[in-house]
Amino acid sequence: MADTIPGDLKYTKEHEWARVQGKVVVVGVTAHAQEALGDVVYVELPKLGATITEGKQFGVIESTKAVSELYSPVTGTVVKVNDALADNPSTVNTDPYGAGWIVEVELSDPKQVDALMDATAYGNLLKSA
Amino acid sequence: MARRTPLNEAHRKLGARMVDFVGWDMPVQYSSVIGEHEAVRTAVGLFDVSHMGEVEFSGPGALETVNALISNDLARISDGQAVYAGLLDEKGTFVDDIVVYRFSPESIFICVNSSNREKDFAWMKEHAKGVKPVDRGDDFAQIAVQGPKAAGLVQRLTKTDTSKIGTYRFAEGEVAGVKSVISRTGYTGEDGFELYCAPDDAVKLWDALLTEGQQDGVKPCGLGARDSLRTEMKYALYGNDIDDKHTALEAGLGWIVKLDKATFIGKDALVAQKAAGVKRKLVGFEVTGSGIPRHGYAIHKDGKPVGEVTSGTMGPSVKKAIGIGYVPTELSAEGSTFDVDIRGRAVPAVVVKTPFYKKP
Repeated sequence: MADTIPGDLKYTKEHEWARVQGKVVVVGVTAHAQEALGDVVYVELPKLGATITEGKQFGVIESTKAVSELYSPVTGTVVKVNDALADNPSTVNTDPYGAGWIVEVELSDPKQVDALMDATAYGNLLKSA
Repeated sequence: MARRTPLNEAHRKLGARMVDFVGWDMPVQYSSVIGEHEAVRTAVGLFDVSHMGEVEFSGPGALETVNALISNDLARISDGQAVYAGLLDEKGTFVDDIVVYRFSPESIFICVNSSNREKDFAWMKEHAKGVKPVDRGDDFAQIAVQGPKAAGLVQRLTKTDTSKIGTYRFAEGEVAGVKSVISRTGYTGEDGFELYCAPDDAVKLWDALLTEGQQDGVKPCGLGARDSLRTEMKYALYGNDIDDKHTALEAGLGWIVKLDKATFIGKDALVAQKAAGVKRKLVGFEVTGSGIPRHGYAIHKDGKPVGEVTSGTMGPSVKKAIGIGYVPTELSAEGSTFDVDIRGRAVPAVVVKTPFYKKP
């Protein structure tokens, strides 16, 4: 499956994406990540109001076979979590950049997103892997 | 360099995701674990299980030699029948779990786990009194055809009347023109066959099953679906649920242990354990909180560790997070409750009747 990498998002080398909306970013995993994971059957989300830190684990995503850690692309406070994933975790597979979003984070420092990869850089990372 | 089955190239052509499995380069999935799992429950799936090992005992006294090595009893079955058995050590714990085929009292054929091929053969060589084992692991490929449409599919490819092959029985014949042992066995909880053939014929047989199976909705299935299917049946996996630290009685496999048999390795330990009472048992449970139990997670009761999860997954057919694990006997009855430690959270669980999956 050819991964199309949305041009309006930022990316990490751990295959998370961030959609920057001012002080708030929506975070999810990339199409490449969900394909590598296989059927997602469970997502463990952080609590509302929790502080999450760039590069550190903030949740867990499980497929039928494996448990994988979710690493935060940014530092900030969790202001929304995607509760719909509790009943429909496979949304991460079917719509990773849309309904399969995972958390929304209010940034402690809006400038930190500049350090993330753009779509071209992420695309190059996938090609070099 | 990982070992490859004769079907390795065929898996790659089908777009399988390959992983290292105990030193073998094997397909973990082709399309999706859940999709493959569903195909086996509702139609038919093909599994390459050529990494499994085979050992042959041939000659006068073969049956008696093997019978002294295994927990089940070959004297109670007929030629053309197979039994599931423990290959036990003196403590009554597992060297391996195996399927033993009785071609005749002078021809016994054993299928062993891929992870234990070398260990089992060395064990049998050391402990066999009488007939010597022959390692036939490289002489066979094995394809499992599993699912409600498996029998129809195999029947269309063979002149052998498969309706005469009952569960845990086998026949020699040709499938798709390939000389095969057609064994009505499996590891999925579904009807089906395991077909043993020469490695050079494996691709021909695999391709014929895939082509002829199109009308049945056949899917090639990887190790991922194999594991979720067997977990829903609470079938033990060596290295997860059974090992050399838990006895056959603790594992709930008393039904494959024939303590009235004259002698076999492990018998004395199991007779003693039975008399003293089995202190821990392998149970199936559902978690009633949020999370999925996984191999190695601790089981707690009232905050204290009392046991361990040996297998767990989100069951694609039962649609629940299910687990298998050892608990103290007093917590083993259906309805007993305990907690599973999932990354530091105590998640409640309840012992349920197994298999988890029952045919609708």
